Order: sequence, then C-alpha cells, then structure tokens
Amino acid sequence: MRVTFTVNGRRETADDVWEGESLLYVLRERVGLPGSKNACEQGECGSCTVHLDGTPVCACLVAAGQAEGREVRTVEGLADGDRLDPVQEAFVECGAVQCGFCTPGLVVQAHDLIERVAQPSDAEIREALAGNLCRCTGYEKILDAVRLAAARKAAAS
Amino acid sequence: MTGTANMSERAMDTAASRTRPTKEAVVSSAPARAPREIAAPGTGGVGDSPLRPDGTLKVKGEFAYASDLWIDGMLWGATLRSPHPRAKIVSIDVSEALAHPGVAAVLTHEDVPGRKHFGLDHTWDQPVLAAGEVRHQGEPIALVAADHPETARRAMEKIRIEYEVLEPLTDARRAAFDPTYPRVQPRGNLARHQPVRVGDVEAAKARAEVVVSGEYRVGIQDQAFLGPESGLAVPAEDGGVDLYVATQWMHNDLKQIAPCLGLPEEKIRMTLSGVGGAFGGREDLSMQIHAGMLAMHTGKPVKIVYNRYESFFGHVHRHPAQMRYEYGATKDGRILYADVEILLDGGAYTSATMNVVGNAASLGVGPYVIPNIKIDAYGVYTNNPPCGAMRGFGAVQACFAYESMMDKLAEACGLDPVTVRQVNAASQGSELATGQVVWAPLPMAEMLQQARELPMPPPLDPADIRNLPGGASQTTHGEGVRRGVGYGVGLKNICFSEGFDDYSTARVRLEVIGGEATVLVHTAAAEVGQGLVTLEAQIARTELGVGRVVIHPADNQVGDAGSSSASRQSYMTGGAVMTACQAVRERVFALAAAKLGRSYDDLSLAGGKVVSESAGVLATIEDVLGDAVVEETREYHHEPTTGMDPVSGRGDSHTQLALCVHRAVVDVDVELGLVKVVELAAVQDVGKILNRLSLEGQIHGGTAQGLGLAVMEEIVVADGKVRNPSFTDYLIPTILDMPPMRLEILENADPRAPYGLRGAGEPPTLSSTPAIVAAIRDATGLALTRVPVRPEHIAGGS
Repeated sequence: MRVTFTVNGRRETADDVWEGESLLYVLRERVGLPGSKNACEQGECGSCTVHLDGTPVCACLVAAGQAEGREVRTVEGLADGDRLDPVQEAFVECGAVQCGFCTPGLVVQAHDLIERVAQPSDAEIREALAGNLCRCTGYEKILDAVRLAAARKAAAS
Repeated sequence: MTGTANMSERAMDTAASRTRPTKEAVVSSAPARAPREIAAPGTGGVGDSPLRPDGTLKVKGEFAYASDLWIDGMLWGATLRSPHPRAKIVSIDVSEALAHPGVAAVLTHEDVPGRKHFGLDHTWDQPVLAAGEVRHQGEPIALVAADHPETARRAMEKIRIEYEVLEPLTDARRAAFDPTYPRVQPRGNLARHQPVRVGDVEAAKARAEVVVSGEYRVGIQDQAFLGPESGLAVPAEDGGVDLYVATQWMHNDLKQIAPCLGLPEEKIRMTLSGVGGAFGGREDLSMQIHAGMLAMHTGKPVKIVYNRYESFFGHVHRHPAQMRYEYGATKDGRILYADVEILLDGGAYTSATMNVVGNAASLGVGPYVIPNIKIDAYGVYTNNPPCGAMRGFGAVQACFAYESMMDKLAEACGLDPVTVRQVNAASQGSELATGQVVWAPLPMAEMLQQARELPMPPPLDPADIRNLPGGASQTTHGEGVRRGVGYGVGLKNICFSEGFDDYSTARVRLEVIGGEATVLVHTAAAEVGQGLVTLEAQIARTELGVGRVVIHPADNQVGDAGSSSASRQSYMTGGAVMTACQAVRERVFALAAAKLGRSYDDLSLAGGKVVSESAGVLATIEDVLGDAVVEETREYHHEPTTGMDPVSGRGDSHTQLALCVHRAVVDVDVELGLVKVVELAAVQDVGKILNRLSLEGQIHGGTAQGLGLAVMEEIVVADGKVRNPSFTDYLIPTILDMPPMRLEILENADPRAPYGLRGAGEPPTLSSTPAIVAAIRDATGLALTRVPVRPEHIAGGS
C-alpha cells in the first residue's frame, strides 16, 4: 500500500508498504529517519516516541496505515539546524546521554512535558518519563537535564 | 539441503521496491549512514567534564547505531532458533523456505565456510549453527536472507526441522556433583572448579564462639541493553567482508569470525557502529558470523537486527548462583573462618564461565580479612540459558552472599552492621583470600563511617501517594509501611586477571589542519556509552596541550584495545592514549629543538605552545610542526598478574581492586510485599576523578542495575525455557523505581595506574544489591536469602 504523511513539516510518501509495518519501520527504513529507536518494538521502552498530531506515541505501536494524512514530528525535527532544542542541549550538558539509545524517545517525551508544564516538579517529571526505559544512567542526570531545560525555558519566556 | 534461491525477475522487483527509496545513488560500498570521525567539543583535559563528542549526534537522532545502518540493495537476515532446550536434530529441510518469493538464501551448519565452532573461551565450543543437537532454547539453527524482514520471518516458518526432544538437564547441583548425570558437553558438565585454601578451617571451627550460616541464591539477570544486537555485512571485492557491528571487543570478535568464515583476518574489515549499551552482553558474538555468511553467500549486503524477544536469546546472561556460607567468629565479631561453596550455572556453552568462577573464588569473601578460608567455586554446563559476562561478573553473586553473612554475623554478635564490617575490614597491606596483598589505599573502614554519617532522607510523607510503595496504584496510604536501612560493600577486580596478557593500543597523530594543531586519536576500543571517547580527547589535550581533538571511528585498522569490560578501558585504553601522546610529544620536542637550533630539557606542551620552564614560551605548536605529521602507536600493558593455584587458589591474580560502599534506605509495605527504595547513597574510591560527569553517570547506572537485581530483574526459567523474554515481563528499573542517589567520591590514587585512576563502572553494581536487601530485612525482620526479592517473599514471610 501507499502511505502519505507529513514528517517534520515535510510531505513523505512511502510505496509498497506491507500492511503489517509499523510507523517506526516506515520512518526508519523507508523515510530515512532512524532517529526513533527500535529497542523493544513492544511499546514498553519509549525509545521510539514521536509526536503524532501533537500527541506523544510509541511509533512501534502505530500501524503505518494509521499515519496516513497525519503529522509526525520525530527527534530529527526538534533542532533548528545546528541549534539544538533546549531539551537536547540540556541532555548533552547534564550527562544525561550515555549509550544514547533511549535518548531520542526521552528527548521527545521531555519536550512534550515542558511544553505542557512550565515548571514541572520532580514527581511530575518522573511520572511523565515513567514509560521511557534507560539502562545506563539510573535517571539522575536525566532529571537534571529536564529541570535545566524547564528552568531555561521559563527564564526565556 | 541449502543453496541460493533462483530469484525470478518478479522477486528481484519486489526486492527493489521493498527497500528504502534512494535519494541519491550509492557509489561506494560504504553504508549510507556510517560511523565517522567526530571532533571533540570543548577544551577540557583530565579532571574536567567536557561534553561528549557523540552527545550532539545522539540527542539529534543522527548517531549511526548498528541497527540504523543502511546500504542500497541490502537484504535482511534472520535467524531460526531452537524452541527446545535439549533435542536431537533429526533432519532439516529448507527447500520450501528457499522457494519462498523474495528469499535469497537459506543456510545451515553445512554452509559454514570454515570452522564450525567459535567461543569467547579457548574451548571454542559453540556451534555457528547447530548440527545434530541443540543444547539451549534459542540456539541458532538456520539463517535466511530475504528482501524484507517479514519475508524472512515467513520463510523461516517454512523450514522443516524434525527434532527428537530430550529431557533438558537443568539441575546445576547434579551437573556439578553427580557423575551419573548425563553430559551436556562431551568433556563433562564441570567447566571449572576453583578452590581457595587459607589456614586451617577445621581447627578454627573448634575455636569459634559464634557460628552463622546461610544459603543464598541469585537469579539470572539480563544486561537488557536497549540497542538490540544488530549489524551490517557488506561483501567486498577482494572476497572478504566489511562488518559494521556493535560489540565490546572487535579484535576478539575477529579471531573467532575469520576462521569460521574461512577468511584471513586481513580480509575482514570491522568498524564499530553505534553501540546501544553492552554491560557484558556483547562480549560474545551474536550476529557477526551469521551476517558474514549470508553476505558472502548472496554477494549482497546483509543487515541483521534482532527484536527484543530474540535479544533475550541472542546473548548470554548473568550466571545464576547457589551459595552456601558458614562463618565462625569470636563474640566480638572477629571472623575466624569462612567455609564457602559457590555454584554457578553457565548453561550450555563456556563463554566467560571460567573467569566468572575465578572472580567468585578470589573475591568469595570480599574485602574482609579472614585467617582461615575454604572456598570452592564451581561453574557447570546445563541446558539452562547460556550465561557469561555481565557487569561485575562472579563478584556480584558472591557479594550478595558475603554481605548477607556480615549482617547475619552482626545480629548474632549484637553489633551494628557497620561496626562488624569495620572490625573485619581489609585495608592497605592486608592479605586477601588468595594471599594477594592490598598494595594500594583501601580505606574501607573510613568509607563505611562516611556512609553511616551521611544525612538521612526525610521520613515517609504519606501526603503524596507517589512517594509510597505501590505509588499511584494506591495500594496504601502509609499503613503497613516500615522503613529500613542497610549497608553493602563490594570489592571488584579491575582489568583482566589471572595472568592474561591484557593490553590496549592507541594511535595518535598530530598535524596542522586548517592552520590549527589537531590531534587524531585512533583506537579499536568500544565506546558503549561509558564515555571513553570523551576521556580519550581529555587525555590528548592534557598530554599534548592542544585544544582540537578528533576521534577516529573504532576499527580493526589499529591494534587490539581489549574489551570494554572489567571496568578496564579508562585504565587500559586511557593508558595507551596517554603513552602514545607522550611519544608524539617527545617528537614535537625534537622538532622544536631542530627548529630553534638548541635543545632544552625542560619542555612541555601547554595552551598550544611549546614551553620551556626556564625560558618561557618558545613557539606555537603549529610553528614547530609546519607540514610535519607526527604519528605514534603505543601498546599499554598493566602490571602482570599470575594465575590462581589450582589447589590453593593462591596468586597475585588481580592488577587492581576497587571498592564501593552503599547505604540503602527503603520503605516496605510489609502486608503487600511492595518495596520503595527511598535513597541510595554511595561512597566510592576512584583513585582520580578524570571526568566527574561521566563518572557519576557510571556510579548511578551501576547502582541502578544493582537495584534491578535486588528487587526486580530475573529471567524466569522453567524446564530450561525462558518464561519472560520481553520488557513486559522482564522488568528493569524505570525513573519511578530509582531513588535520588547521593554520591561521595574519594581520590586515593593507585600509584600503578594512569593518573592514579581506578576503574569505576562495576563496584557500585556489586554493593547496591546487598545494601537494598539488608534494608528490606531491617524493615521486615525477614531472612530474604534470594535475589531478586519478590513481593511474595515479603508478604509470604520467607
């Protein structure tokens, strides 16, 4: 089947998509956007988190056909060229990135959180990121990064 | 029974249409996305915390992990695995699978071009593809290459295998001690027995005023790295193959891959692709030989990516352990003897079992001075899941037991848990169980004191339900919740032990590029997330006084770097980069002398300048270098170690030891058995802080994996079969499970090590587990002799 959708503001068409393919597979293998990660492909780890019409979802749980005509924003769409999004910047600065395989999903999820909640408490950060597994960091530096990104965003606005 | 499919025009069309549309033609045989040189940001040297060179790529989603690689015309490889833990293979028929449209090849053991076996250990006992017999669930039997992962999956369903299913041999105790138990491996079921004998345990038993004993068990833990086993094999014009893989030790991979593919090593070019975590799970080969076989057979690039289910079968796990401990002591808590048996189940193949047994034996009683010791550590073969390297191996299992024993001894003697540890603590100059003398600072008693004196977290606040055990599940409002505090101490050997010639290699090049002195650091060392690439740049800046450092992708075009395991890369590859830089520096001094027409004996490189201590700044490095390219390659070896005596266990088997102390505070809902870890505080001696940000990340992450083992993580096995191969059923800590972590980091230098450093990644994984379990015991009064502690162990009162 053919699937047409918008990714990071750009219209993409994928042909000969097998009906069983996920949005994650189409993004990674057909559209050339492998930033969303394939850590579990079961909706448990959050590493493939993308925005679908503005809502964070696990791209592995979305059938490719469900993306037809919709807007997807992936981790590749957060930075403005070389200028990182504040969440991305804070992740690098705070040491929240080790192997980095969970990072794209966490960055998208954290970005969504601070869009919704200007100054999230630690409990709110933990709740928002509870669906994103990280095996390297023990999450301490990730908390630091989200706090920093939120503070910078608040200071800038 | 195998061969290349006669692909019709139509199938070829399908193959083309199902691969990603190319925006531009690929001219070279390099993948469209591949590892590349990265300039290290910032100017920080040793002791600073500059940003990770790969950090920006990683947050942007642009870092090329092994599963992200893509090349025009590539096929997808898939692996058919045994559903049975033990069976004879009567026949394999691949004809139907081969005829499936879109399938390019179906291969079995008959198609392995060279040696049919490989292995991390010199026993080389693992079949590339099973022939005649399978010894564990998930053992690879056949390979498929097809135009789409789904095509490959459907073709695998058409491979007909007739099995004669046999009763799996899953009893580790019988495997070790019952000579009538059938053999898993032809040479017998005992991989290694390592005794340790000190003094006279029997005589000491007569003198003991207090005797405590316990039986402890550790379940199978999985590394659960997030990036699944993946890679790309590209056939090369010279008949060789280019492999882009995620591994921990490229050169050791190569030693196994080349003979199995029937190729000389120089025809296999390996490039480390982005590694999504490792923790020991990538020390053994997974898809490397398989992808190489498929690429050589089809003449096309082949990509293999495991999914999470397959990943649980695609790598070895942490050895499960059964441990029996008996300690005798004086009334005031001084240990007189230890009588210990440690039984480790390695599953079907050897992997790292030999070394795991060595660690468990040599570190079987941990950092305690005990005059009479009898330890017997065994590693056995069974049809249970294969086990090998995982963070802290051998030492993790023993640490849970010996720390549990220390708490038991404290209770029997009426001492507090910190005091009993301090009374028996090793320190610099002490003799460990193997007779090895602790030659470097080991301020364990002081570290325990420091851990005890750290401020306690505030008491339970039932106002916010998210703080309680059970959290948002609203299982309690504070009723039935009790707080507990516990301590754990872990001692880990750093670098490879037992006489292994352990070294790393670094090539460092200094030249002027675009008017700026630039250092290129090239090693084969695997960056698996730990931050080695950051450290390499820091060392280059410190040694060469140059700001601009570029990290070359790790590949096998430079010498062996050894494994990214045993907490060894800061020490070994750090040491290699340091010595290579120093060799480059000497040559720059010689160039400076030639240019200036006189020699100095007090030169250094700093701030981009050649500086004489007596004469001040002499020239810029750029001026001294001119067009010269200064390149040096150096190997760095640590102080040699000896083997362990096969009868007494005596020997200076370790080159470095590192210590971590944990204090855990928990809240336990004693009615439901739910645990909330409230805080984990660590005191660790790292010798020298090279990069505080990375170091803290290692201690946090190691601590988290110890928490996982304490209360969550276990591969559940029944009759040799894994019951929970998914992240739905195998639970690793989330951000809700991890408490705030307080760190106290000490710097008592090890004079033998580069910059005085100590490996840091593993020790906290040892100590956090027993600390948490001790805290749960403190809250509940229960014995809790196995990890992970499950709710039913608490609510059921075991």
